[in-house]
Amino acid sequence: MSAVIAEGLSKQYSLGESNEAYLAIRDVLARRSASTIRKVSRVFSSEPASPALDGTTRKVVPSGAFLALDDVSFEIKHGDVVGLIGRNGSGKSTLLKIISRITTPTRGRARIRGRLASLLEVGTGFHGELTGRENVLLNGAILGMKHREIKSKFDEIVAFADVEQFLDTPVKRYSSGMFIRLAFSVAAHLDPDILLVDEVLAVGDAAFQKKCLAKLGEAGQEGRTVVFVSHNMNAVEQLCTSGILLDRGKLIQHSPDVADCIRQYASRAGTDFHFHRWEPVVPVRFNDWFNPSRMYLGDRAGNPVPSPLGATDDVWLHVEGTVEGAQSTLRVGYNFFTSDGVLLYSTWHTDGAVAGEVRLGQGQCHLRSRVPTPLLNEGGFRVELVGSVQGVSALFPRESAPSLSLTIGSEKYGTSYWMLKRLGILAPQIEWEVGTA
Amino acid sequence: MTTRRDPESLPELIVDSEGSDRQYWRDLLDFRDLFYFLAWRDIIIRYKQTIIGIGWAVIQPLMTMIIFTVVFGRIARLESTAAPYPILVLSGVLAWQFVAQSVAAASNSLVGSANLVSKVYFPRMLVPAATIAISVVDLGVALLLLGAMMVAYSFSPSINIIALPLFIALGALLALGLGVWLSALAVKYRDVRFAVPFAIQLGLFLSPVGFSSSVIDEQWRLLYALNPLVGIIDGFRWSIIGGPLRFPMEEATISLVVASLVLLAGVRFFRKTERTLADVI
Repeated sequence: MSAVIAEGLSKQYSLGESNEAYLAIRDVLARRSASTIRKVSRVFSSEPASPALDGTTRKVVPSGAFLALDDVSFEIKHGDVVGLIGRNGSGKSTLLKIISRITTPTRGRARIRGRLASLLEVGTGFHGELTGRENVLLNGAILGMKHREIKSKFDEIVAFADVEQFLDTPVKRYSSGMFIRLAFSVAAHLDPDILLVDEVLAVGDAAFQKKCLAKLGEAGQEGRTVVFVSHNMNAVEQLCTSGILLDRGKLIQHSPDVADCIRQYASRAGTDFHFHRWEPVVPVRFNDWFNPSRMYLGDRAGNPVPSPLGATDDVWLHVEGTVEGAQSTLRVGYNFFTSDGVLLYSTWHTDGAVAGEVRLGQGQCHLRSRVPTPLLNEGGFRVELVGSVQGVSALFPRESAPSLSLTIGSEKYGTSYWMLKRLGILAPQIEWEVGTA
Repeated sequence: MTTRRDPESLPELIVDSEGSDRQYWRDLLDFRDLFYFLAWRDIIIRYKQTIIGIGWAVIQPLMTMIIFTVVFGRIARLESTAAPYPILVLSGVLAWQFVAQSVAAASNSLVGSANLVSKVYFPRMLVPAATIAISVVDLGVALLLLGAMMVAYSFSPSINIIALPLFIALGALLALGLGVWLSALAVKYRDVRFAVPFAIQLGLFLSPVGFSSSVIDEQWRLLYALNPLVGIIDGFRWSIIGGPLRFPMEEATISLVVASLVLLAGVRFFRKTERTLADVI
């Protein structure tokens, strides 16, 4: 049965001069008189009225207006976990706002069955002057919980956020991490049938993001319907049972084949594609020696590579960051895992030093390392950044270390004899020679 | 979680460009807890990091009363036969301030909650409505001041005092109507932010705050009563001072009619604006 049915949803916004926001009364007066003058002058000239101004035909969009959503229809079943993907400005947020009733569609309608909660931002309505306790109560009510519901879940919420000690401190004195944990915790304890989530995973550190993802996955397993906007394609692929791809307000694809949606997206995406990438919005400080600002996969020059990767693709792992305490013992490297968590190999930047040492100098640095794609079997893999200096073995705590995922596609080698997935973790092209005697 | 309710048993909700009124009022009821929380939040925040805290609710009417007593009572020598002049003035000031403060706070409330409005759904009318709850609390505190004054002047209130809540309700009705209307208007036209304080300042002198409405000539009384505050202020005075004062039947009735019309128009305008509020704010 259907949780959400969208029937021809369209949303039109006006742009530029005619923007409705911040109207002052004088503008309205000015516009009225201008249109009167236009009407009067039209009487005296033989010019026909321009169709764009009249806007009589349905499909004509008045000048200065644009369609954020254009005739979007789909059906989401109960229990579906839907990844809503598309570029910035493709209409994802507008769609969520319409379904969650924050704004109304210009045309079309949506039919919704079940209690719906939307989480478009972590901590909406949190007030710095209020204590943690007070904010939990208030935020719960804002998200649509009843008073007794909040009360009964209060202890659980606080425990999940891990802020018991600071419950009676105003949240303006919280660290940003504590703030986000508490805010997310309230939202995570909503009990909706349908949950809409917009890009909230982009905030917070890696550990928090993992926790969020786990919670979303749980919601899906409990039979809730989840619609979830993300630029994190790995998360979408892991969690979602179907994908919806939007581009310039139009629905391009809605299919249970999430990987195919992502491929479609990748082929349309161009440069703003957030895939194969670890890049915190707020810089994370791990230690006093080396702090990465981003880590991503690309070709040698850093240009985006497709996903899934082909075995013959030239793929490099790029790490950019700042060396703050240059030392001869400072090493940066990565561990390479299968998606099941089996460590395949571990490598350090010093491995590149055939002759003499490779020292990381003070300041900005950019490291790159070729990923041995020809060795790998098809499937998912994970890269986790590691680092060490003498006396400190792990510069990044395991649970929040920078990491990214990649997928090797099924078309491994261009030979018709290599069709099926091989057994084993590795699938290197082993040399063979066939003779007759 | 094993005992999940069946979402199929819930009624279907339709989201379109019109928005159904029945659904809206049902939501308003559903979200009543949010109303309490919004009011409660504003009350808490209002006096955080202030030294005299809730004392501000007393200082404003007290100062207004002193100034008006001096200006109208001493300098203009307006007479008060029924009660000591300060009490006459204070009862008017309380009524005035209750309505004026509610309207001022409510008209800015939606713009001030822009972040909330653009990120979460709830019936937006709760926002201006909740601000009125704060003014009720302030009024309650200010009434303590009135009590103290009565003790100081050894003036005992009449039995009419039991009618006071009715006039408070009338004031709230008017404030709600104006507040709902102005808050939606303020989202579209930021002029409201400047116009409202100005209108309130003017209104203070057009309403019988510093003087008794009996100063007005008989023939102009009904016309004067078209200002809905006349009925409310006279009602406050009648409830508090009682005795020799006439029950303001016509004024209160006119005030009730005007306030109801304002509320009706305000709610209609608000509902019309509300649909695209998140796009405009």
